[in-house]
Amino acid sequence: MSVTKAPQVVAHPAPAARQHRVAETVSRFRPAVIALLILVIFGGTTIKNSSFDGLSNIQAMLSISAIYLLLSVGETMVIVTRNVDLSVGSTLGISAFAVGEIYNHDPHMTMVVIFLAGIGIGAVCGAIIGLITTVARVPSLVVTLAALYIIRGLDNIVGSGVQIEPSVIPHTLVSLGYSTVVGIPWLFVLVVVVALAAAFWMRSFPAGRELYAIGSDPEAAVLAGIPVARRVFTVFVISGALAGLGGVLFLAQQATVDSTAGTGYELVIVTAVVVGGVAIFGGSGSVIGAVLGALLLQVINQALVAAQISAFWDSAIAGAMLLAAISFDRLISFRASRALVATEGVSYVE
Amino acid sequence: MSSNAGTAARPSRSMVRSLRRWESALVLILIAVIAFATIESPDFLTTTTIFFGGLDIGQIAIMALPLTLIVITGEIDLSVAAMLGLSACVFGYAFEHGTGAALAIVIALLVGALGGSLNGFLIARLGLPSIAVTIGTLTMFRGIAEVVLGNSEVTNYPTGLTVIGSKPIFAHLAYPFLFFLILAAIYAVVLHKTPVGRSLYAIGLNKEAAFFSGIRVNRTKFILYLLSGVVCAFAGIVYALQNDSSIYTAGQGLELNVVAVVLFGGVSIFGGRGSVLGVVLSVLIVAASQVAFTLINISSEEQQIIFGVLLLFSVLVPNSAAGYRRLQAWINQVRRSAPAAGAGPSG
Repeated sequence: MSVTKAPQVVAHPAPAARQHRVAETVSRFRPAVIALLILVIFGGTTIKNSSFDGLSNIQAMLSISAIYLLLSVGETMVIVTRNVDLSVGSTLGISAFAVGEIYNHDPHMTMVVIFLAGIGIGAVCGAIIGLITTVARVPSLVVTLAALYIIRGLDNIVGSGVQIEPSVIPHTLVSLGYSTVVGIPWLFVLVVVVALAAAFWMRSFPAGRELYAIGSDPEAAVLAGIPVARRVFTVFVISGALAGLGGVLFLAQQATVDSTAGTGYELVIVTAVVVGGVAIFGGSGSVIGAVLGALLLQVINQALVAAQISAFWDSAIAGAMLLAAISFDRLISFRASRALVATEGVSYVE
Repeated sequence: MSSNAGTAARPSRSMVRSLRRWESALVLILIAVIAFATIESPDFLTTTTIFFGGLDIGQIAIMALPLTLIVITGEIDLSVAAMLGLSACVFGYAFEHGTGAALAIVIALLVGALGGSLNGFLIARLGLPSIAVTIGTLTMFRGIAEVVLGNSEVTNYPTGLTVIGSKPIFAHLAYPFLFFLILAAIYAVVLHKTPVGRSLYAIGLNKEAAFFSGIRVNRTKFILYLLSGVVCAFAGIVYALQNDSSIYTAGQGLELNVVAVVLFGGVSIFGGRGSVLGVVLSVLIVAASQVAFTLINISSEEQQIIFGVLLLFSVLVPNSAAGYRRLQAWINQVRRSAPAAGAGPSG
């Protein structure tokens, strides 16, 4: 760097600011880097295996990834506020099952009701979690872990002995799972719209910006007059609602559902979000980054299959990517803080 | 307790305080579970309960011990169950390739030490957040386990070793549970009776203060993760022998169960609070209720709900006094502000 020994008395802020800007630029570039990686993987697999290049393969990939992308939107909001939501997989499961049950009773139910029901069930789950977390002020990790078991248990009880046959699921819903618009699967379009809306909200709305303030320093956020409890409650409701929507999409994709739907999603989603550049202790990261992180992991997963490399490597690669991502973040923040210390003599920057 | 004449009539302060500990609640819950199960099912108070209860909970219980220490220092290790799977696979792979059981055990434990050191290096040395690191290593260890064994299953371990899954040792205890009890005794002594153990609480309460009072925070954390790797690898070997099977999905998804058992045992997720006794009680409750609920035909799904509710209570109850005060304060505030709000915007 261009930073040399700065004058002792009056510290010039410019070099530090520049250093800070470097760090910021790199973290802004994170989504671009991930997007590039995704394209490279597409390209690489195409060269390696000619049957992969078909448009339908990429379409299938996007369609399958859609639900993970959707859940990572809600998870990003929660993690940015220095919380975590481990209940998303269970919420998705119970929503998918409940919606299937509605069709069991009335196969001609309109789509609007179905979507509202799925989202509503998820939002109720999220609201209960949000209430417990904010009113009792207990760690969300524990609350959502408990919710993971409770919701999955309810799902199992409701679901025991009940079959959701593909025949009762109407064609209009199932076709969402495979039909495309200008070559892009509907599911993916829907998720991208949700992600863009969420990204816009977090970027440009006061309430969205406040999520970052809460995650950076919850106590300071309280002192700054931010309604912390209300915001945290809101993000849990949103995360739940998106998981509920994910349940409807799951049903659309699979056309059948059992009580294990969504099992184990929670850690996959958290991994994707962190790979996408969201700090696990809150305060930084973007929805776009997280969604791209989720897409990257899914694309790797499916590219391994398509390229006929043993799919067994999938998890090993995903884990290594997560470790690389957080190590990289650490390096950036370390360099930035060292530059601050060198130029301004401040040492309070962690 | 001091042999004061007054204590019999009027409980001393320390006695009241010890009764208010979460461990006391756990003892009551354990008694309640056993009483309930005995009334509901005559088959509960038999030796088979002790054997199968211990067998089912064995690996979770063993993995809960190193995790307890890590959570007390304010960190977390989500890679425990993946390490169990990796160790079971490496053990199976080595055994299949003719190393013999003894060498296979050593290799599996070494892999555990290696994996634990990786966690320790990233968390203690590089200062990365433990929850993110161990989600990463969780995925990675499970992935390596997949690479090692693929879809194949290793079985037919020597019957002299698989006996740990089929026969009780003494007093109808299952081997895995006995391993847990021995390890728990060691962990209890280390945590509660040695300076190193006590220093874990200091680290969990305030890392900086602990550092400035001469505790080697990073080295301690590194050792904890290393130990966690080794102990979980041991649990993996137990798993492989007990089930006479090594597959890459061994113990998949157990990590959250282990975390739940530890937290239910009264260990604070923020660090600085918890005891081995609490975790042992938590293990006993889970083991007893698993057997009891199965006997009285409460499905495993309903057990999940009960467990989730208990877990929730384990954080809500210690917080309830403070929560009640906050609720009071909030109600008072609403009462006071209500007329003011009615009067319109003022200043």
